[in-house]
Amino acid sequence: MALRGAIVVDTEKCKGCSVCVVNCPTETIALSKEVNSKGYNYAFMASPESCTGCTNCATVCPDTCITVYRIKV
Amino acid sequence: MDVKDIIKPENRVYSKSPVLTSTIMHYCPGCSHGTVHKLIAEVIEEMGIQEETIGISPVGCAVFAYNYIDIDWQQAAHGRAPALATATKRLHPEKYVFTYQGDGDLASIGTAEIMHACNRGENIVVIFINNAIYGMTGGQMAPTTLIGMKTATSPYGRDPKLHGQPLKITNLIAQLDGTCYVTRQSVQTAAAARKTKRAIKKAFENSALGKGTSFVEVVSTCNSGWKLSPVKANEWMVENMFPEYPIGDLKDR
Repeated sequence: MALRGAIVVDTEKCKGCSVCVVNCPTETIALSKEVNSKGYNYAFMASPESCTGCTNCATVCPDTCITVYRIKV
Repeated sequence: MDVKDIIKPENRVYSKSPVLTSTIMHYCPGCSHGTVHKLIAEVIEEMGIQEETIGISPVGCAVFAYNYIDIDWQQAAHGRAPALATATKRLHPEKYVFTYQGDGDLASIGTAEIMHACNRGENIVVIFINNAIYGMTGGQMAPTTLIGMKTATSPYGRDPKLHGQPLKITNLIAQLDGTCYVTRQSVQTAAAARKTKRAIKKAFENSALGKGTSFVEVVSTCNSGWKLSPVKANEWMVENMFPEYPIGDLKDR
């Protein structure tokens, strides 16, 4: 059984600190080229197929702007 | 499988705690304060003590903690949070009372208050954020600043002959008989953050059991004060702060 996950980032709250990027064990997350209204490059799922929904990114996010979903397939 | 099929309410495994307000935090990107706030809110949610918890906010960046954690708050003069927490806990013994203090607040200006509150063994929780610098006021030297570390008031690095040695206040507090649980944690990785959350939960549980003062130091970053990026600041902390402030329990009884 494999785990598939997905994250939803509150892009307006994200400050682009990259702490989630380095904490992601599957290198799913990256910072976007686009910016939010504050000018921050927000985090997004660069490779959605590799996310396992481990919640590491959301646990270390200082601004608690990540919601994590997980499903068994 | 499409991402849209995964993002459904029944598959949600992590979301913002309802104890945290939706206000956007004023902290700099990557600041440890936000992570610790979140962990405290999650512990309060899990224990179901939102109505019974009173926080004492410090002077420093975390002075606005009342905007972010949806509980009752009081704001103390610089360093006096343990004194205010003592009064609050004695007047409301059934409540959970915690202070949230930085290193300038707790280890410099409030040294007398924290020492005596811990020595009396007040049934409060102390969350101590140690980032080795005065963050809000512009990165001045704190008692916890490392030897050789450059700050706004030690531009050539901290010199022990001139400025004294870094103050390991948590080690001093561990020697006081009033404390029941003294620990040093960090939040730079998910594993570290989960350990810190367990430590904070244990501290709140000790408070309910009336075992004495619980003291949780969180070795943190101040990436703006350190003039580093958030990720580099975390690396610098692991490399330089951890040898001086080793992670682990100092006391647990």
